[in-house]
Amino acid sequence: MERRWEGDYVFLFENLILKDFRIRYRNMSLGILWSLINPLVMMGVLTLIFGRVMPGGGDPRNQPFPVFILCGLVPFNFFVGALMTGATSILDNAGLIKRVLVPREVVPIAAVLSNCVHLLIQIALLLLLTVSFGLRPNRYWLWLPLIWALYVAFVCGLALGSSAINVYIRDTRYVLESFTTVLFWLVPIFYSFSIIPQKYADIYRVNPVAALVFAMRNILMDGTPPPMSIMVNLTIAASVAVGLGLLIFRRLKLRFYEHI
Amino acid sequence: MPPALRFDHVTKTFVHHTGPLLLRERLIEMVKPSRRPRFEALKDVSFELAPGESLGLIGANGAGKSTLLNLATGLSLPDQGSITVNGRVTALLELGSGFHPDLTGAENVRVNAAMMGMTRRQVAKRFDEIVEFSGIRDFINEPLRVYSAGMAMRLAFSVATAADPGLLLIDEVLGVGDQVFFARCLERIQSFQAAGKTIVLASHSAELVTMLCQKALWLDRGRVVLQGPAAEVMAAYKGNGLNPRPDGTGL
Repeated sequence: MERRWEGDYVFLFENLILKDFRIRYRNMSLGILWSLINPLVMMGVLTLIFGRVMPGGGDPRNQPFPVFILCGLVPFNFFVGALMTGATSILDNAGLIKRVLVPREVVPIAAVLSNCVHLLIQIALLLLLTVSFGLRPNRYWLWLPLIWALYVAFVCGLALGSSAINVYIRDTRYVLESFTTVLFWLVPIFYSFSIIPQKYADIYRVNPVAALVFAMRNILMDGTPPPMSIMVNLTIAASVAVGLGLLIFRRLKLRFYEHI
Repeated sequence: MPPALRFDHVTKTFVHHTGPLLLRERLIEMVKPSRRPRFEALKDVSFELAPGESLGLIGANGAGKSTLLNLATGLSLPDQGSITVNGRVTALLELGSGFHPDLTGAENVRVNAAMMGMTRRQVAKRFDEIVEFSGIRDFINEPLRVYSAGMAMRLAFSVATAADPGLLLIDEVLGVGDQVFFARCLERIQSFQAAGKTIVLASHSAELVTMLCQKALWLDRGRVVLQGPAAEVMAAYKGNGLNPRPDGTGL
């Protein structure tokens, strides 16, 4: 029988998230600014190429282009960053897993949530940019917390499953790295959904990362609520990922001690 | 009254050599399952500890003392048999294993206290006491990497024992502290005993076990050689020629 942990989950999460966050930024002279510089550089490059060399990715509806790009980059970057820290979290915290009776599920979830701190900063930047391009805040902005909550839950589910598998098969993280490289091209970051040929459209429709990108553009650029199909997609993705992730994790965690 | 800790015919085995944990090996294993040799770290171990009792675990390196403590903590599960625990467990297995070198002493105290199940309010209330007991107030806002091993251990012991455990498990971890701190650790352990807490202590030091524990359990290669009143077990242990460290230190 597994031993029950009694304690203050909120306090525990708060401390683990702060810990990750402090470790990541304490040794950087620019600290938290790095989380802004990286997407800004990427946005600059993509805006330059697709804004000047190949305007609007060939579509005038993609204006203003920097907002268009960031609506794609912010969800994608969060996905990659959070999934990779989540997937390696159990091994990275081997000392805890082997010596401290902390509930194991907390470790990958805290790793994902610690990425949310600079996610919030990036979203704030994106909203600021949206307004500065003359796009007005609208009531559909209220959808943002919901779609992001579903998305974060989806990533938590993936992190739970992959962190547990990574204990038993240590090259899981490299598989994931290749996967995210492929994913970059399966998310419409610098082109819009409308230019995708019909026969490939389903690949984008079922992809939860793409779903979030579409929803962001609907809300921020078109001023429309995300369509029902996208909400269904995100809800299913979050439930399946969390359900399956927990199932895998619960099964595999019983022998973490022997395999770390 | 239910026992604080009970081992019922517990057996724990480990695979001898797991080899590289990569995809290739996993695939080969799926196609061609191999029975890797296992060794028994604990074999058919049974004992019972009533609330307020203290048990000393003795035996040579590799006898299974640490495996027993890990199982009692709940970090790994037995292959056979069952383990029953009543009350909150705090384990001092490898002090400072939850510490991070880039965080300050104070930050590490909070993270570790939270992991041990202390609430925000308890930490706020006991923080000063934790720092006071560790005796390193001047360094508490310095990153842990500038601490000496002794300092890190003092801080870790202070946090771990602040969690107010019902059952305290101690692996031989107190060795790095100086004499003065060692004395304070003993004092704290004795105050736990006075407060009716249950303690399991793994040690090489015969003196310490006789001083602190009523009961002792002697392990050799995973098997119980003898268990009973500490004085009797220690006498047999010494008489066996498997003498503990002659200086009597090294808890």
